[in-house]
Amino acid sequence: MNCREFTEFLHEYLFGDLPVGERAEFEMHLAECPWCVAYLDSYQATLQLVQVARTAEDDVSPTDAPEELVRAILRARPRIS
Amino acid sequence: MAPARPSAPVLDEATLLARMQAGDDEAFEACVRTYCGRLLVVARRILPNEEDARDAVQDAFLAAFKQIDRFEERSKLGTWLHRIGVNAALGRLRKLHKHPEQPIESLLPHFGEGEHQFDPPAPWQATSDAILQGKESRELVTRCINRLPDAYRTVVLLRDIEGIDTDETARLLGTSPGVIKTRLHRARQALRTLLDPYFRRDDL
Repeated sequence: MNCREFTEFLHEYLFGDLPVGERAEFEMHLAECPWCVAYLDSYQATLQLVQVARTAEDDVSPTDAPEELVRAILRARPRIS
Repeated sequence: MAPARPSAPVLDEATLLARMQAGDDEAFEACVRTYCGRLLVVARRILPNEEDARDAVQDAFLAAFKQIDRFEERSKLGTWLHRIGVNAALGRLRKLHKHPEQPIESLLPHFGEGEHQFDPPAPWQATSDAILQGKESRELVTRCINRLPDAYRTVVLLRDIEGIDTDETARLLGTSPGVIKTRLHRARQALRTLLDPYFRRDDL
């Protein structure tokens, strides 16, 4: 396995989708290539950073809705006759 | 002190739904007041400007109200509205971007002799909890996500931020789960490239 293949299959490796044989090759490459170790670590850190951005945005209260938008939606709602 | 906002009664989901299905105005208002803020956050992430985001939220509620008789309690009302909101925002985004898709290649790793990367990856600073939780790094990540080409940005938003699974993301974007998996990996690689200058340690 070379560095190009390593970066291609990284996703499958991290999410357990690599067959056993390829997983062993992947780990052999990792044992001898400090650049790919750094790449793997920074890729995982990226995933962590995105997750933090996600949880931070989860905290939205209903009062964050602009009143004029609420009114516009209610005005535009067709009434059941 | 901020002026009090008009309020609608807080109803449990089954009561709210039954009253909306019976055409009760107060229940529709309670529904809009409960979910409008969350749908607006989603639409603002997907669309480039506030006006389009608000229009998408309005489209979403009107589409949902039209189908309210057909809503079955297999999913939660909030989850159902969230998906309709995502779909409405994606629909507006498709109308806005008729030009060819931007390439992502410049943000992916490049390889030279021996298939090593041209720009050898360097270790990052420890992204300790304090750094990760900081407002600055959250804003940085959001800015970097917004720099991705739309076909990749939408996949990161739907999968990683909105928490929608691969199959449903594929359905919402009109493509296959395999394409979504490939795009997600490329999008994450591109994000790593964009974040690299802020976190890499060149002192080693």
